[in-house]
Amino acid sequence: MSEFAGKDRIAARSVGRSEVGAGHALFGLALLAYPAVASDFFLTQIGGLSLIEGMIALSLMTLAGYGGMVSLAQLSVAGIAGYVVAILGHNDTGVQGYDWPWAVTVPLAILAAAATSALIGWISARTSGIYTIMITLAIATAVFYFAQQNYVIFNGHSGFAGIPAPVFFGEDWRAPVPFYYLCLFAAAASYAGVLYVRRSTFGLTVQGMRDNERRMRALGFSVILHKVFAWFLSGIVAGIAGVLLVWFHGRISPSSIDVAASLNILVMAVIGGLRHPIGPFVGALVVVLLQTFASDLVGAERFNTLIGLTFLIIVYISDDGILGLWRQFAPRFDHADRSAG
Amino acid sequence: MTGGPADMNRIGGGEARLNAMRGDVFAACAVLAMALWVFFGAWPDWLAGALISKKTFVSAVLNGLTLSGLYFLVASGFTLIFGLMRNVNLAHGSLYLFGAYVGYEASTRSDVWLLGVAAGALATAVVGLAMQILVFRRLEGDDLRQTLVTIGISIVAADLMLATWGGGAYQVTPPDALSGAVTLPIATGVTSSGTAVFLRYPFYRLIVAAIAIAIGCLLWLLLARTRIGMTIRAGVDDRAMLEASGVNAQIVFAGVFALGAGLAGLAGVIGGSAFAISPGEDIHYLLASLVVVIVGGMGSIAGAVIGSLLIGLSEQIGLVYFPTYSVVLTFLIMVATLAVRPRGIMGKAR
Repeated sequence: MSEFAGKDRIAARSVGRSEVGAGHALFGLALLAYPAVASDFFLTQIGGLSLIEGMIALSLMTLAGYGGMVSLAQLSVAGIAGYVVAILGHNDTGVQGYDWPWAVTVPLAILAAAATSALIGWISARTSGIYTIMITLAIATAVFYFAQQNYVIFNGHSGFAGIPAPVFFGEDWRAPVPFYYLCLFAAAASYAGVLYVRRSTFGLTVQGMRDNERRMRALGFSVILHKVFAWFLSGIVAGIAGVLLVWFHGRISPSSIDVAASLNILVMAVIGGLRHPIGPFVGALVVVLLQTFASDLVGAERFNTLIGLTFLIIVYISDDGILGLWRQFAPRFDHADRSAG
Repeated sequence: MTGGPADMNRIGGGEARLNAMRGDVFAACAVLAMALWVFFGAWPDWLAGALISKKTFVSAVLNGLTLSGLYFLVASGFTLIFGLMRNVNLAHGSLYLFGAYVGYEASTRSDVWLLGVAAGALATAVVGLAMQILVFRRLEGDDLRQTLVTIGISIVAADLMLATWGGGAYQVTPPDALSGAVTLPIATGVTSSGTAVFLRYPFYRLIVAAIAIAIGCLLWLLLARTRIGMTIRAGVDDRAMLEASGVNAQIVFAGVFALGAGLAGLAGVIGGSAFAISPGEDIHYLLASLVVVIVGGMGSIAGAVIGSLLIGLSEQIGLVYFPTYSVVLTFLIMVATLAVRPRGIMGKAR
């Protein structure tokens, strides 16, 4: 999508140490030390959830920011992973639930999510820009309606409940502190993965396709293949997040992947900013905080209005979410951000 | 209706190609003959056995046509707006629902159904006009942000409508003259005494399809035969040239946006008289519009006709014959279309 193109051209490959600078180290330490000061509620309901939803938004951001493909189907991809865990692993619903060990179901779930993502990518790869938004929105809606009306596989409207988080290394990973560290590890790994891939030959090629698809095709690159692989990679991130999400809630149903929830993921990514992988996490934190404390501001009922209005205002005043505002008002960080973004 | 799509020029379509049209006419005649037989002929046992019964199948087709009509009304506005201004209005489903609620209020308070229809269409047209002036004009040329803003609007609108009208289901009451069931000259079976049993079908649903056909024809007349239509088509083909020739494009844009939004509201009241109005319907009709225009081709009225027929029929027929997989059928149609024609059946490469 050309909107992103002009702003951050492919940076030189030799980025040097700015990549893993002092900012990252400080920020990482703060996140590691967070359990020391946070209550259980802030640890899981705010910290854990922000990290998980941030990962789904990150999966959207990588496709949108580096590939120019805004996908509204990433929550559906995460939902596929969640459903695989619920169906193949243990659940208390009495439907499906084959009690396979987590070491088998989790890789399968992530693989299924990545494969679904690649399939969606293949379907939408011939289109670009707003066409991709429309097609992925149609796919997300279709997945939701399908999960809702199909009782054989997805157990219809009620979905699955009583899905336990695994116990290994002598830890119950559902407990607040271990679960937070699990989320933090997964999120940090995904974030680092995105940083690595965008500097790889593959990542630069995809960014080249975003900026000028015809030229890349003329140079001999297979555009479809690169795009589908980018979708596959982002599907892995969404899949990991989907597994964590189903452990977090302990249940999954069509309402976990409905259109409002899918749009919410887009809202997070856009509020945060689509040009740097930290954006989705910032956006997720803002949205989770708004959701949690909306009852004090506008009453629990109207939090969608609050989030919608916040989203509208940010889209209106900034061309790249909160990160865009940050760049506007803190010009001395501009250079560092540019070279990193 | 079967012959309609072939003649109906897509907005801004070029000259008619006679040979291609002749082939289309033959194909249309064949389909028409087949359809006549399916509806009016006596079915052999194997066919009735395969499709449960003739009554089931014919009812599903009629339901499908009703739904297609509704989908066309919603999607034509969506595609019209996209065709001219290249912006995707993801709040289009919200306009449908808003029009339905307004139509419900107006028609129950005044007891005049037509007043409800007019109020619904007018209210959404005004909202559409406001959206064009306040949102799209300011973010012109930035597709992504325009689309994002419409998503934001749809989130807020859905929540505010939930706050105003609650989570319950409403239905607009159509006038007495249009309600009730009619007997169609379609024999579905024979009683033991030897007289034929004819299909009875809700009259209002037939009216929905008739209104859709009428609106479709009016739209075609407007686009193909009037000066305003000519201006709109010129704007679709080359906006800069239209402006250079002295037309105030902003007025054209605002008019088309109001028209497209008004069609969504109109569809809301008409659909709300046949089906329930409740939260979630905005998403339903947004999805329908999206799939219809993806399949039919963005910006093409003829494409909207084809797309809505395909999707409406497949949805209803699928619902009868494989209830838990009917969404998959819709989805497969979309994927198959994209694989063969990425811009949709009537879409042109840009």
